[in-house]
Amino acid sequence: MSKSLIIGICMSATFVALAAVSFLWTPYDIETLDISNKLKGLSATHLLGTDHFGRDILSMIMMGARTSIAVALLAVGIGMAVGVPLGLVAAAKSGSLFDELIMRGNDLVFAFPSLVIAILITAVFGASAINAIIAIGIFNVPVFARLTRAAALPLWERDFVLAARVCAKSSTRISIEHILPNITNLMIVQGTIQFSLGILAEAALSYIGLGAQPPTASWGRMLADAQTLVSIAPHTALVPGFTILLMVLGLNLLGDGLRDWLDPKIRVART
Amino acid sequence: MSLLSIKQYSLAIGDTEILHSIDVTVEPGQIVAITGESGSGKSMTALSVMGLLPAGAAAQGEIQLDGVDLLEATESDLCQMRGNVMGMVFQEPMTALNPVKTIGDQVAETILVHEKTTKSEAHKRAADIIARVGLKVAPSRYPHELSGGQRQRVVIAMAIARRPKLLIADEPTTALDVTTQARILDLLQDLVQEFGMGLLIITHDLAVVANIADKIVVMQKGKVVEAAPTQDLLRNMKHPYTQALFEASGHQVNLPDRVRGDRLLDATNVVRTYAMPRKTLFGPRPNFRALNDVSFHIEHGERVGLVGESGCGKSTLTRAILGLDPIQAGDIQLDGLPVFSGKKPNLDVRRRMQVVFQDPYSSFNPRHRVDRIITEPFHLLKTPPTGEARDAAIAKALEDVGLSEADKTKFIHEFSGGQRQRIAIARALIVEPELIIFDEAVSALDVSVRAQILDLIADLCRKRPLAYLFISHDLFVVRTVTDRVMVMQAGQIVEQGETEAVFSNPQHPYTRTLIAAAPQLPSIIKAPRTG
Amino acid sequence: MIRYTLGRLSSLVISLIVASLVIFLVIEVIPGDPASFMLGINAREDTLAALRAEMGLDKPLLVRYAQWVIGMLQWDFGTSWTYKTPVAELINDRIWVSLPLAIYALILSTLIAFPAGIYAASRRGGIGDVTVIGATQLGVALPNFWFAMILVLIFAIKLRWFSAGGFPGWDNPLLAIKGLTLPAIALALPQAAILARVMRSSLLDMLGEDFIRTARAKGLTRRQALWRHAVRNALIPVLTIIGLQFSFLLAGGIIIEQVFFLPGLGRLIFQSISARDLIVVESVVMLLVFTVIVVNFAVDLAYAAVDPRLRSRT
Repeated sequence: MSKSLIIGICMSATFVALAAVSFLWTPYDIETLDISNKLKGLSATHLLGTDHFGRDILSMIMMGARTSIAVALLAVGIGMAVGVPLGLVAAAKSGSLFDELIMRGNDLVFAFPSLVIAILITAVFGASAINAIIAIGIFNVPVFARLTRAAALPLWERDFVLAARVCAKSSTRISIEHILPNITNLMIVQGTIQFSLGILAEAALSYIGLGAQPPTASWGRMLADAQTLVSIAPHTALVPGFTILLMVLGLNLLGDGLRDWLDPKIRVART
Repeated sequence: MSLLSIKQYSLAIGDTEILHSIDVTVEPGQIVAITGESGSGKSMTALSVMGLLPAGAAAQGEIQLDGVDLLEATESDLCQMRGNVMGMVFQEPMTALNPVKTIGDQVAETILVHEKTTKSEAHKRAADIIARVGLKVAPSRYPHELSGGQRQRVVIAMAIARRPKLLIADEPTTALDVTTQARILDLLQDLVQEFGMGLLIITHDLAVVANIADKIVVMQKGKVVEAAPTQDLLRNMKHPYTQALFEASGHQVNLPDRVRGDRLLDATNVVRTYAMPRKTLFGPRPNFRALNDVSFHIEHGERVGLVGESGCGKSTLTRAILGLDPIQAGDIQLDGLPVFSGKKPNLDVRRRMQVVFQDPYSSFNPRHRVDRIITEPFHLLKTPPTGEARDAAIAKALEDVGLSEADKTKFIHEFSGGQRQRIAIARALIVEPELIIFDEAVSALDVSVRAQILDLIADLCRKRPLAYLFISHDLFVVRTVTDRVMVMQAGQIVEQGETEAVFSNPQHPYTRTLIAAAPQLPSIIKAPRTG
Repeated sequence: MIRYTLGRLSSLVISLIVASLVIFLVIEVIPGDPASFMLGINAREDTLAALRAEMGLDKPLLVRYAQWVIGMLQWDFGTSWTYKTPVAELINDRIWVSLPLAIYALILSTLIAFPAGIYAASRRGGIGDVTVIGATQLGVALPNFWFAMILVLIFAIKLRWFSAGGFPGWDNPLLAIKGLTLPAIALALPQAAILARVMRSSLLDMLGEDFIRTARAKGLTRRQALWRHAVRNALIPVLTIIGLQFSFLLAGGIIIEQVFFLPGLGRLIFQSISARDLIVVESVVMLLVFTVIVVNFAVDLAYAAVDPRLRSRT
């Protein structure tokens, strides 16, 4: 195991632990306002200070971690659940009309960056964490579909797949028995990368008000609140910002480390 | 003094010792061949001379070229010498050229790197050199527009553009067809004569070695085991490894007499076409006939060979027989049953045929264990064996091919190339098929392993009546393991008949070209060895 | 080459048609009655009727779609319900902020990423390489809008080199470019990090190719082989990323405009979302998607310029 894998695991695990602990305990209740204590800096009573309503920032970071992780994880889940089977079928039927349709569909979704998808969805359905998940998830679908297809196509040319075809196995069966096990590593690595991109996207959507709505805590929302206060209370912007940075950095190190550990030849897609 | 002299040269990459104190010399105008099986270190010897070793390589000893000690030379000195004093030709012509530059640019580059001359002058000379190596294409063409043989000529043109004193050729014809190989070898011999340069040729093919080299260097596991002028070495092989190597190369299989039977496989007027890209903007898509009116049959217990060069339709025919691809016209039947009925492959036929592929490294799912791999054909059976019957079948299949039952729980990466090919045969045998297709099944193997696998095939024929179609580009191998042979050219079978008859008295001009182009092992080694 | 271009052109047209259908469906069909959606439940009957007439909701769907598309082809996007002005005018005012911002950021990102990626690849495993990898690791993890806030804090509030927000207009191009500089940097750096990584790994792939060894055998130095043979081949995957990045920069610009209070399409779209002005949202989204599709078409043509194998497919 490489250094980057160990650091990545530690960093990611820390944030997951913070989110998990928040279900049982947070230093303060984030729904009670304490205006008299607003915009306090870092101290022993409030480790990471307080915001403009006097809420404890550490507690909000912990609650926000839940939102971030849940949104990003579910979005990766949607992307994999839909994208991987699409990619497998496209590769199995490569050159067919179905393959062509999936690839054109992929290109089409890439013309709508996740933010534009979110804008369309929120314009009609309103802003919510669920809609953020859907927007990021829809965007993840072509990422996984494309990658799966690209990884599966050369496998279909390999002799062991020909041997399975000689044994009259159906393309579905070959996809499950022979193709899928050989692209799992790639999917794990790409899943980590998409997870980290999901964290960033969730923060961006919440920041512009298209993600989780108050009172649900979210890192992006904390930054939006901090924007006008940045000159008088920089910690309100620095703390959530560094939180996002560290979480994403941890996940990326984890992804790179996993790749080197599982199979250094893996090429991930980064967009 | 020799043009090139490698003295007590050792090489290690990381902790792995690659070469142990080797000695090789090349004189001007001399062709020296280094030969040996994979892992012998022959390619690393070539790269050592060029100074193009991978990172982490540590060399010891001495390599003198034209009076310069290459191991002492600085990187910029070496850059001065590469392409200038020494040139190199590589094995894989398909990837050796930059795909985004014209061949003229790439040949001219050799000149421009070493001479202060104008671009137009360099391009003019490049065009002359391209013509000199026998290429009749414009220098403005891109590599992807050329065939493998043409690309290899471009690589040679780049290597000799500055008339180097030493040319190194690392398996220069291994990726080429026999007829192309013969022409490239002729070209290299020509150039050696004309320029008086030394040629260090690396090849595993002993027939090539024996025909072209003035001196042969035999390597095994990083050591030179024998080095002598070609005629001396052929007459008197001192080292047992050299003897074993030549023996394996000319290995004759003791094939049991065939048992005559009824017709098993019948192919009549088979046509397979592929749609090609349009030539004009809105024109119709032209069809490429990969199989053009192919008819043949195989009888029960008959061993049939199929030879031809790449692109002749051998693989397409394999896929058609196995029912992997539909055919556009004609009929393929096994015992009167169609291989392909409607859109679905016919299971009753499938279970009576199996296949062994060429590449021992891509033939198996790396995530499955051996028992799962070799029982995959059970999928064809209506009632596949389970429990003890399955275990017994696995054990029998593995023992039949010379492996043990204990191997069944291993993963494929734990086996060598030859063992893998045994596993591939075990997989084919487990459903006791009547017909096996060997698709270049021994082509990727070293000669000694190849000889063992060929013996195994003969052995299997002794144990059960087995019919097979043995597809290969290697005429020598086909000759020893088949009763009848078919010659294929451009999607058509141009000649077929009893193997010995076809080889000793070929009728079709193409068959004659093929046989003439195939390098022959000198007859000395076929004579029984005494002492 | 002609067929390749025509092929890409036809897929451009198909993409545009499908994209416009998707947008039309989401905005005008899914809400049921877009007019009552826009005005809310307390709307008066006569205002509703006026909006319905304005949007042409009495006409069949296909006719409405056709009118919308034909209008857009003539740069007519209808009239905004909240601003009471033609949407085309609203867009004209703002597109000259958003588009230059995206292009500026793309140029910056490329200018940073290419040298960084090439430098790192040419010193694989060395200190320079490790430094570049570390920097890109940070850059990839950087939320651009937060980075923008930090830039404002440092360069506008503390150092006062730039203004904290707003846009002076294009009357003085130098001032305009200065006004876009901080937003462009905020947008460009994270993308530059991604691009540098892609450039580096693509180059390393190429340096492992056989033709590099051939070039070295001709007497080229490592550096010459890199510049003359690896870089151009490495561009092929890099171009794909550049094309994708443009769409991210355009969309990312929408967020960055919020940080810098830039009067661009982003602000227009958010104001329109909160005012439920679907007419504006629909047109601006279509415009963004149109730009992305056209840029990707340009990237496809650039492939052919780099790779003769594509060109020769007639």
